[in-house]
Amino acid sequence: MANNNIDVTTIPGYGMDADPENEPTYPMKHYTGDDHNRINYERSVQQPQTVEILQSTERPAITTVFGTSVPPSGLSGAIRRYAFKHSEDRYRHWLPLIFADRINVFEGVIEDLRKGHVPNVFAERGWKVEMKHNAVGFLSKLAITALVTAAIVTTVTRKK
Amino acid sequence: MPEIQHPEDAIVRVTRTCICGSDLHLYHGMVPDTRVGSTFGHEFTGIVEEVGSMVRNLKVGDQVLVPFNIACGKCNFCKQGLYGNCHESNPMATAVGGIFGYSHTAGGFDGGQAEYVRVPYADVGPTVIPADMDPDDAVLLTDVVPTGYQAAEMGGIKPGDTVVVFGAGPIGIMAARCAWFFGPSRVIVIDHIDYRLEFAKNYAKCEVYNFKSLEDPVLFLKKTTDWYGADVCIDCVGCEAEGNTLQTFSGRISLMQAGAGTALQWAINSVKKGGIVSVVGVYGPPFNLIPIGNVVNKGITLRANQASVKRLLPKLIDHVQSGRLNPKELITHRIPLEEVADAYRLFSSKLDNCIKTVLIPSTKS
Repeated sequence: MANNNIDVTTIPGYGMDADPENEPTYPMKHYTGDDHNRINYERSVQQPQTVEILQSTERPAITTVFGTSVPPSGLSGAIRRYAFKHSEDRYRHWLPLIFADRINVFEGVIEDLRKGHVPNVFAERGWKVEMKHNAVGFLSKLAITALVTAAIVTTVTRKK
Repeated sequence: MPEIQHPEDAIVRVTRTCICGSDLHLYHGMVPDTRVGSTFGHEFTGIVEEVGSMVRNLKVGDQVLVPFNIACGKCNFCKQGLYGNCHESNPMATAVGGIFGYSHTAGGFDGGQAEYVRVPYADVGPTVIPADMDPDDAVLLTDVVPTGYQAAEMGGIKPGDTVVVFGAGPIGIMAARCAWFFGPSRVIVIDHIDYRLEFAKNYAKCEVYNFKSLEDPVLFLKKTTDWYGADVCIDCVGCEAEGNTLQTFSGRISLMQAGAGTALQWAINSVKKGGIVSVVGVYGPPFNLIPIGNVVNKGITLRANQASVKRLLPKLIDHVQSGRLNPKELITHRIPLEEVADAYRLFSSKLDNCIKTVLIPSTKS
């Protein structure tokens, strides 16, 4: 699939943004000296806090705006609160957050069931499209999953 | 229905929204603190429905493209053009600024894969779509085009350089196309899926190689550059890279780390001594015991950063309006928003020759 004979003169815009001054020693920045003002700048007005916001320990205060989409709750929320006691530099920050996400998936299913909604895994995972465009692959995945599940169940339930 | 929560907010009715390759990192659980119930989507256009009391630059009815970064425009990073590094849009992390629909690690904002979305700092990011611009081009200016362009720009490409782009997803294809703006002599794209490579070859007019047909991609790249190495390598893959069994098992399958770093490893090893590695791929935080995601999100060298969309928009709008760039040619699928689950599967599993999917809400007009 190689194409070693490209005529660059046919490429619209070829070379027009070339900048010999662009030495990659710094991100693209319009240097103004503002860095040395640190966090002393005119901030916008503060968004009122109406839900629990977990704040990085590497900040003195929450930012002037923030998202409020899903406040921490349940067991995953407790794990997240623990995580946010530690700085972004620590594994005890990130690994609990990843763990909390896994727990949160189960909480989501339980919440669905509690509301009387039985998740339609086939539709929610988009398997219809997989069946349409990759039936063999889909059925293979299904067969492998079934085999692995059966093997685990057999191993766990085998009498000693 | 979202509400105004800050006087500089706007509510935007979404007309088009895309699924980005980096959404797949959320979809596959590799970006922490995603939280069940939050809405994805950081590439969208829409119509302004409501504005807060301090919004001056937008009015109800404006058709806008909304950059994926949420930027205040006032902090010292924004003032210097680093809109992707805003210090006032994400209380939950300091490395990454606020991003629509990109987990609580990026601020906990709901995203644009919805009918309506809350847009903070509406005077800063949202840009009124020029009257003569195709709406499909506009939606790709919210992320794909600026990120691809900045990936090339950060490479510091000099006339005559050899540029290697890892990844033939939409960003990789756009990075390869934009690389030509800086005058290299060769642009090479590496991926493992033939239909994407074929698309890249036609769209970006580059050389393409399937690494599965190469015994050793790094060795091949050395050989094809006179045993010297590429002048510039660009990682447009991030944490879902294929190609290394050990990393695939530890990162992608077992999630013992947030993804696999094969593309970055190949980029670092394929570049010449003193060469430049530009990274726009997304990496989850605890990567390989090195916070490579923070390198990207904070914009420290290697040269890496989230694209500062607002900084680049004037130049990119000009490239599109002049016909030098045709972003909408990347779009292969248009799917109703209601079928978003199918759209994710289609894109994630790379079915039906999918390159870029646009979701259309039923409330768009």
